[in-house]
Amino acid sequence: MSQGKHLPSIHVKHHKNTANVETAIMPIPDVVKIDMSQSIGAPCKPLVQKGDKVKVGQKIGDTDAFVSAPVHSSVSGTVKDIIQVTGNMGRPETLVVIETDKNQEVSEEVKPPKADTFEEFIAGVRASGVVGLGGASFPTHIKLNPKNLEECDTLIVNGAECEPFITADNRIMVEDGQIVASGMRLIMDHLNLKHGYIGIEDNKPDAIENMKKIFENNGYTDMSVFPLPSSYPKGAERVLLYEITGKTMDAGVLPADLGVILDNVTTVAAIAEYFNTGMPLVRRRVTVDGDAVKEPKNVFVPVGTQVADVAEFCGGYKREPKKIILGGPMMGRAINSDSVPTMKNTGSILLFGNEAAQVKEETACINCGRCHTACPFGLMPMIFAEAYERKDADRLNDFRIMQCMSCGSCSYVCPARRPLSFTNTLAKSFVKGAAK
Amino acid sequence: MDNKNKFHDNLIVSSAPHIVSDTDTTRVMATVIVALLPALCVGIYVFGIRVLALAIACMLSSSFFEWGYNRLLKRPQTVGDLSAALTGLLIAMNVPSTLPIWMGVVGSFVAIVIVKQLYGGIGRNFVNPAITGRIVLFISFASEMSTWPVPKMADTDALTGPTPLGHLAAKEFEKLPSNLDMFLGFIGGSVGEVSAIALIIGGLFLVWKKIISPVIPCAFIGTVFVLTLIYYSANPASGHNAFSMALFHILAGGVMLGAIFMATDYVTTPKLTSGQIIFGIGCGLITVVIRLWASYPEGVSFSILLMNICTPLINRVTFKRYIKGGAK
Repeated sequence: MSQGKHLPSIHVKHHKNTANVETAIMPIPDVVKIDMSQSIGAPCKPLVQKGDKVKVGQKIGDTDAFVSAPVHSSVSGTVKDIIQVTGNMGRPETLVVIETDKNQEVSEEVKPPKADTFEEFIAGVRASGVVGLGGASFPTHIKLNPKNLEECDTLIVNGAECEPFITADNRIMVEDGQIVASGMRLIMDHLNLKHGYIGIEDNKPDAIENMKKIFENNGYTDMSVFPLPSSYPKGAERVLLYEITGKTMDAGVLPADLGVILDNVTTVAAIAEYFNTGMPLVRRRVTVDGDAVKEPKNVFVPVGTQVADVAEFCGGYKREPKKIILGGPMMGRAINSDSVPTMKNTGSILLFGNEAAQVKEETACINCGRCHTACPFGLMPMIFAEAYERKDADRLNDFRIMQCMSCGSCSYVCPARRPLSFTNTLAKSFVKGAAK
Repeated sequence: MDNKNKFHDNLIVSSAPHIVSDTDTTRVMATVIVALLPALCVGIYVFGIRVLALAIACMLSSSFFEWGYNRLLKRPQTVGDLSAALTGLLIAMNVPSTLPIWMGVVGSFVAIVIVKQLYGGIGRNFVNPAITGRIVLFISFASEMSTWPVPKMADTDALTGPTPLGHLAAKEFEKLPSNLDMFLGFIGGSVGEVSAIALIIGGLFLVWKKIISPVIPCAFIGTVFVLTLIYYSANPASGHNAFSMALFHILAGGVMLGAIFMATDYVTTPKLTSGQIIFGIGCGLITVVIRLWASYPEGVSFSILLMNICTPLINRVTFKRYIKGGAK
């Protein structure tokens, strides 16, 4: 399958500085702080209390809500506290603070699950605590169980990794390609999918070669590598789906509606890991980079490790960090403290010192139209900005504001440095509110 | 939270994306100025060093008016974005090399203060400042603005003479210069419009640098070519075939300068590609109508000004189609 048509995209400097750095294992930190809101759905209720002993892989948070995923301890130790904080998104969040004993004793709960039937498989995926690890954090067991499963025939694995700096997905495909392939096998067999594609940007030739070789060695003839042009945002779900199938996917439509199951490469590997070993999602590869850190590298980070501990393992700060980003520079979020813990969806920690951290001064719009030509969906952010200022919900809807996925391309290209993407996000919540 | 965390609440928290491209407004304007340099050099070569003095005077005075207006009204200073300097350079490119310097300064005043700043400054003007400045000069100082020095390499003792379009308007077909001379720029005319090759080089540079899209220049120049080709097929010019007359029209006067550098102004041209095609065709059509039937020999400035005025209407029509999902 190759349809050869592309959506508009932009060229962003790749900065894949750590692409060839083997993933290092960091020592267990003294303290981890595990957030009970690790998925986009309902937050979990802590299952442990202050003073409880916990072990690696032990379930410490869960809920009955449908859109949710359980949370497990990434360390062995003692629950020191359960605290309420205001998260970076402004919502109250519950953190389970665990003082580690560094023994990393594995919980008795950890044993490979049964997966003889589809129901058992889906239950297993939920029990693994796996959510969309590309950043969206949508509970994977829901994504793998769409209403129209019998109409789905294709698995697309997202290995595009189009955000600058991040190389964690690249490293998983280079170092653990076999696990990725066995994850694909599991999903394709249980969901009865005929075709499996892994989309990888062509700036990752090692990953492309390795995955090709592994598919061949395993005799997985129903799987293939789909090289993508290296431009942003090829890894956005709707863009990737178009690049591979040629099908246009509007906002609000699920990949399954188009017959496709789409998951991130790290997500797929985490599922395989769980079914192979019984170990739920308690650690992941994280790319640490930026001009404020001494040794940029990829690190296996236990979920809940504070940013400062990860930075310390990477040689510490080279200069005073002015901005710390969880996720990529295009869509990641800036955090207010290096005591913020990593989450399941934290694929990278970027620490910037000087120029890169500064917010550029905004000047007048010169109507150049770059925001429109950069948008993968041909939207018109200059119109959105103007309509949002006037709080004109009809005009925002007319120009399809809800199609915006906040990829940041418009802000990136704007010569007047206007925060168009952020304005779009504000406009989207304004339109949602106006509809009520 | 923990004592060992030094960096708490002293970090910059801003919305994504956290990086931006290197191209800011200043770089856009500077790139256009660079793209005009080949044409400016040919202008200096053809008409003498006075061209440089005129260009510098217009650029400095435009920048001064921009700076002074912002200062007087206590607005954020925008002189550093080089848009005013670019406007000044475009004014100098659009006048005869013999124009008194003070008239160039008047043009700069009209362009920057009246056309641009009174409407709100950069991004807010509804017509092209340089084009409007030129038209005001043309109407106010009709004789200075239509006295054309002959090129240095011309085989004549006369100091001034008609431009190729002037010959055309007088139906002196035998006096038309060769298309090669027009392509290179060894003809009479405004400082920056004479050399098609230099302007095309500048235009290709801008397209390569992704500063302009080629849509409007192609639609504009293409329309002039096609319409004049049809006209001269029906009304042959003695001694020239229709094809060479059509070529003459796209090389003569301000078509290249206007199509590449003035009709591609971001602010005053349509936002959608479909609108830009309409804009380019409209410019070409009006240019040809003025050249062939109106009393002025040249119509590029008027065509761009008129289409600038039509731009909000073009946007409205094309947006309607866009909203319906018909256009991308």
